[in-house]
Amino acid sequence: MNRRKFWLSLRPYMMILPAMLAILCFVIYPVFYLLKLSFYKYNLLNHAKSKFVGGDNYKQLFAKDEFYIALTNTVVYTVVTVLLTMLFATLLALWVNQKKGKKFNALLQAGIFTPHIISIVSIALVWMLLMDPNHGILNFLLKSVGLPPSKWLQSSSTSMMSVILVSIWHSVGYYALIVLAALRSVPTPIYEAAELDNAGKFTTFYRITLPMISPQLFFILIIMTIGSFKVFDTVRIMTGGGPNNSTSTLVYHIYEYRSNNLGYASATGIVLMLIIAVLTFVYFRMLSKKVHYQ
Amino acid sequence: MMQSKWSLIQSGINYLLKGIVLLIFIFPFLWMIMTALKTFPETMVYPPKLLPSMPQWSNFVTAMQSGPFFTYTKNSIIITFSIIILQMLIMIPAAYAFAKYRFKGQNILFALVLLAFMIPGQVTFIPVYLMLADWGMINTLLPQILPFVANAFGIFLLRQYFMQVPTEIIESARMDNASEFMIMYKIMVPMSLPALATVGLFSFVSHWNDYFWPLVMTDSTSVRPLTIGIAMLRETEGISNWNIIMAGNVVLVMPILLAYLFSSKQIVKAFVYSGIK
Repeated sequence: MNRRKFWLSLRPYMMILPAMLAILCFVIYPVFYLLKLSFYKYNLLNHAKSKFVGGDNYKQLFAKDEFYIALTNTVVYTVVTVLLTMLFATLLALWVNQKKGKKFNALLQAGIFTPHIISIVSIALVWMLLMDPNHGILNFLLKSVGLPPSKWLQSSSTSMMSVILVSIWHSVGYYALIVLAALRSVPTPIYEAAELDNAGKFTTFYRITLPMISPQLFFILIIMTIGSFKVFDTVRIMTGGGPNNSTSTLVYHIYEYRSNNLGYASATGIVLMLIIAVLTFVYFRMLSKKVHYQ
Repeated sequence: MMQSKWSLIQSGINYLLKGIVLLIFIFPFLWMIMTALKTFPETMVYPPKLLPSMPQWSNFVTAMQSGPFFTYTKNSIIITFSIIILQMLIMIPAAYAFAKYRFKGQNILFALVLLAFMIPGQVTFIPVYLMLADWGMINTLLPQILPFVANAFGIFLLRQYFMQVPTEIIESARMDNASEFMIMYKIMVPMSLPALATVGLFSFVSHWNDYFWPLVMTDSTSVRPLTIGIAMLRETEGISNWNIIMAGNVVLVMPILLAYLFSSKQIVKAFVYSGIK
């Protein structure tokens, strides 16, 4: 009987064992391994020749212009992408939520969401075609309304803006959907009460809608910031970090150094992970204080 | 009279603006398909024309013959479906244990699952690659499958669902001598189909589309998926051979676009749900 009890108490552990093993093996252990690598000059061809160099990789990192350029680019990319996407997502959601023209609104909703489920490879390639400075349709449109053409991805002054544009186009529909779901969950009696009090449209939005959807907006803020800090795919395909490092980002920096200076790439990875951890922590502290929750 | 005329104009403008926004999101795909059907000179013509004079179906053949596309497609299918199946097998018992059992260390272990959710693959890929290389797996499809078999988001979502299943149902099934396996697959799973569909769709879309992980995990064409193959078309076909590149692109996009056309409601619901919970 005791043996049976022992096996029964073991049962939940057996059930979670495969999942826990995979998580330990492919997520938790690699973090420690990464930390170790960041203190080594690693030799990919001959592991035995790898040697411990202490904080050298970090010293190298913080003395390198390229790292600061990548960091600045990543921050710029993140701030602009997150703010504009949240703004457009909220506006689109309010717009799609209108009572008039339900059928067309549903179509619009499906349309703006489509890019989100398409591979970033396809998205990037299509936009490179649209943004081609000589034959691209975007410059054709600019010229036909009398505006000067842009070099888009091929000039260091417009390349980051172009990448950001594609990112916003790719994900705004998804976030609009989340905001929309939030809008629809606000109880109508509150709006009716506001109407009785003769509150204007703007006041109603600012005093009722915005506070009520703030948890979802906050959620979007967190996942988008973290996601944007990891930007890589668009950069790799569309610009290769160029021209002149103008679109090089942290993950792209790690990617570039992964084979010829693995220890250095690992140190950069640790820094990126710390940034993300701090952001997450700060956000959750704010979350517990500021945001309205029902 | 004036009032109704004004509101008519207003709603007309409203529709027009919405139409323009819709076009902004649909046009790039339309342009992709049209370019895939053009001849090379037609892609270069100025001012650009939307329709090809004669659809060039041979572009698809050219694109598919420019590399081992049969292998790429096969790899994409094997990787995506292996991940989904393994995730289900691993996720269901784990979520069940976290939802319906009380055991020592439960909270810490669950926190570990959530932590795993937050650690980005964009930094762990270096050690994971070294580890898998040590295990001699780099020239197989396993590096693109194994790291994803435990889906932290899936475990989290499914646990929420399982917790809502009344414990009395489980107790009475146990009275009837049902094994835990039977309870999982005859009670828990059927009651959580929406959550499972969400996770499945999510995995399908994200792994079919994945570019970063296969890029850093593979060294040879024999194990590469379709995304890498299409992205490489620019190198094999020349940077400005847009008709061929777009033809390849259409092949990559079609499965997802078709799935979306036939089940856009479910897909949208799945994504919204995952965003709110």
